[in-house]
Amino acid sequence: MKRIENASELQALRQKLLAAHDPDQPVVRVCLGPGCLALGAEKVSRAFKSAIKKKRGNFKVQPLIKTTGCHGFCSQGTLVNLSPLNLCYVRVKPEDAAAIVDATLTKGEVLERLLHSDNGTRYRSASEIPFYKLQQKIILKNVGVIDPLDIKDALMAGAYQSLAKALTEMSPDDVIRTVYASGLRGRGGGGFPTGFKWMKALENARVNPGPVYLIANGEEGDPGAFMDRAIMEGDPHAVLEGMCLGAYAMGGNQGFLYVRHEYPIAIRHLSAAIEQARALGLLGKNILGAGFDFDIQIHRGAGAYVCGEETAIIASLEGRVGEPVTRPPFPAQEGLWKRPTVINNVETWANVPHIIDKGAQWYANLGVPHSTGTKIFSLVGKVRNTGLVEVPMGISLGTLVEEIGGGVPGQGQFKAVQTGGPSGGIVPYALKDISSEALKPERVGLPSQGFIPSDKKELSVDFDSMAMTGSIMGGGGMIVMDDHDCVVDLARYFLRFLEEESCGKCLPCRLGLKGMLGFLDQFSQGQGNPEDIEALESLGKALVDGSLCGLGRSAPNPVLTSIRYFRDEYLAHIVEHKCPAGVCRDLITYSIDPEICNGCGLCAKNCPQACVTGKKKKPHAIDEKACVRCGVCQDVCPVDAVFVA
Amino acid sequence: MKTIRPDIDTILERYPRHSHHLISLLQDVQAAFNYISPDHLDLICDHVGVPLAKVWSVVTFYKSFSLEPRGEHEIKVCLGTTCHLKGSERLVECCERDLGVERGHATEDLRFTLDTVKCVGACAEAPVVMIDENYLGRASFGSLKKQLKKL
Repeated sequence: MKRIENASELQALRQKLLAAHDPDQPVVRVCLGPGCLALGAEKVSRAFKSAIKKKRGNFKVQPLIKTTGCHGFCSQGTLVNLSPLNLCYVRVKPEDAAAIVDATLTKGEVLERLLHSDNGTRYRSASEIPFYKLQQKIILKNVGVIDPLDIKDALMAGAYQSLAKALTEMSPDDVIRTVYASGLRGRGGGGFPTGFKWMKALENARVNPGPVYLIANGEEGDPGAFMDRAIMEGDPHAVLEGMCLGAYAMGGNQGFLYVRHEYPIAIRHLSAAIEQARALGLLGKNILGAGFDFDIQIHRGAGAYVCGEETAIIASLEGRVGEPVTRPPFPAQEGLWKRPTVINNVETWANVPHIIDKGAQWYANLGVPHSTGTKIFSLVGKVRNTGLVEVPMGISLGTLVEEIGGGVPGQGQFKAVQTGGPSGGIVPYALKDISSEALKPERVGLPSQGFIPSDKKELSVDFDSMAMTGSIMGGGGMIVMDDHDCVVDLARYFLRFLEEESCGKCLPCRLGLKGMLGFLDQFSQGQGNPEDIEALESLGKALVDGSLCGLGRSAPNPVLTSIRYFRDEYLAHIVEHKCPAGVCRDLITYSIDPEICNGCGLCAKNCPQACVTGKKKKPHAIDEKACVRCGVCQDVCPVDAVFVA
Repeated sequence: MKTIRPDIDTILERYPRHSHHLISLLQDVQAAFNYISPDHLDLICDHVGVPLAKVWSVVTFYKSFSLEPRGEHEIKVCLGTTCHLKGSERLVECCERDLGVERGHATEDLRFTLDTVKCVGACAEAPVVMIDENYLGRASFGSLKKQLKKL
């Protein structure tokens, strides 16, 4: 394809591509999202290719195999969507490919066994499945639909149309004003108004003429979250287009994509997207003939959680150790190479083209006042439907977890939700029935932006309501816990995570986290005394007040919220020396129920301590003194005879 | 996957002699040689004009750099939140016992490096293990061992 010289050529190319597209051509979309990949989706797509090759002569129109980004419904992977039949096959294995080609692609028959079924209902298409039905896909609209490695596919889906619109119909100020009026807030977790940030950068650049830099933050370090990964892998052009629009608005000519090195596929897809966009003149010099130059470089992260913090990203881009510095000056004042710099999360950038396309008012009408638009969550943990979901802001927690998430799997009971990663909190699930208003605001961690939350009867998931619970909405990781998960253990997990990831520059964070972890280590071993809880809280508050950057200031959140809501569980560890959830290793014992044990001997064979004994076909027993509580016996037992007490 | 390894000079030539390129340069050397040897470290210092002490602080700060040779295959057990809740800590311990090596290190024969990673972003299929570039979802010690045997 040749370079596109102006907006009308872009339209013409799109029309040409759409006209060449045969609506009757069968398209098999195989999900290669993070979840499906982990279940072997690559083998599925290969199996499809060879099955179609074998049956080459049997089709009226040769089917197309598309490998796409995440379809979202990860727990049912590998997911395969077939159009134009609009069929959604779940749990597809490589060996199913031939059958699908035979029955569905050649004869149009539906393979019932591969349809998603829930409570006796079978669903033919994705849009009928409750998991998808309650979602509102805007940012994820093309993720899972287009082939991320083919810009033609993206162009047909409407990529770069907003850029063309902005370059031909809007002034840079119009773009900023539109983004500001849309109410878009930073999706990385901070929730800072994006338009405001842009205005500040522009103001500073006007006072002090010179370049403005744009950075997309793809250092998605929060464990339990993969929203940005899905966007970067599934629809990379959305991020590029968002950055182009930002660059046009602020007069920037150079952008950087800072991507975690743990996301090699995202880096690959973004690199390909940048190359293809450059080849078409959608990046580079004189974009769409509008006299506007902008290019994007990818910078791989080198493995540091703190590099999600904006001043640390800047340090890393400059080739230094990723240590944050005090703000102000904010990056919008003095950022990369001392120039005004705008850093937005990948998901934030991906929102921008939609706002420019459909207008600020349309966007502001989505969600709730002060938290507009939609938000992508990675709904994981102890829910039946795990995956990636996009919902309007302000959806109730209950709807998200029970209706979309499909409730708790097995016999468990919902206990808590963890949002915002290590900077967020652990809040009891029971809060879902309490309106945001009724929650007493408590100063924990990052202060809320001072907006008034909506007055719904139930807990709404938006920036301000979540802040009222003491947690934060964060980047979108939503980890559901049931009664087999221990909050003391999880709080300790986050502290250990942050203690390792603290850059060590400021004392409160470096030593405070060590001190807090010391308390948690004691509690998880059933030691300490109840007064230690207060000491832990006060140490946590010192970190909130005294740390240099967001990592330290928000680090105590999981501990402080879990103490606030689950003090009894802490006391059970300290006073009764019990872990009610049966997780903390020093407080549990493993035993084998002789009634259930069938004497298969698998546990004895696998026990690393050789402390399980018993005769063949006779009930086995564990020697408690030698047991290291590794849990292997429980994992291997085929009849679930191993119990934790 | 064995690819032809570019030599150190070719990698150095990719980057202008400026400290801004330190991290990218280190990443390329790490990718090509699996670790950053003392000799390479010196060459990098000279190339970008940064004192060894500064380069050392960068190399030891970021987790993707290694100053000791890494194994031929990398096993990365995800310790993200969801994986943690689903028992990934136990999985690491099983690997440590089985391979006879502590996390963060390579086996003596340099066949495997056992490492942990803070979330690979495949949380819906927790616990997840990455073996080189491949993901293994809903991993158990048994399924992991099976995969390792295939290598």
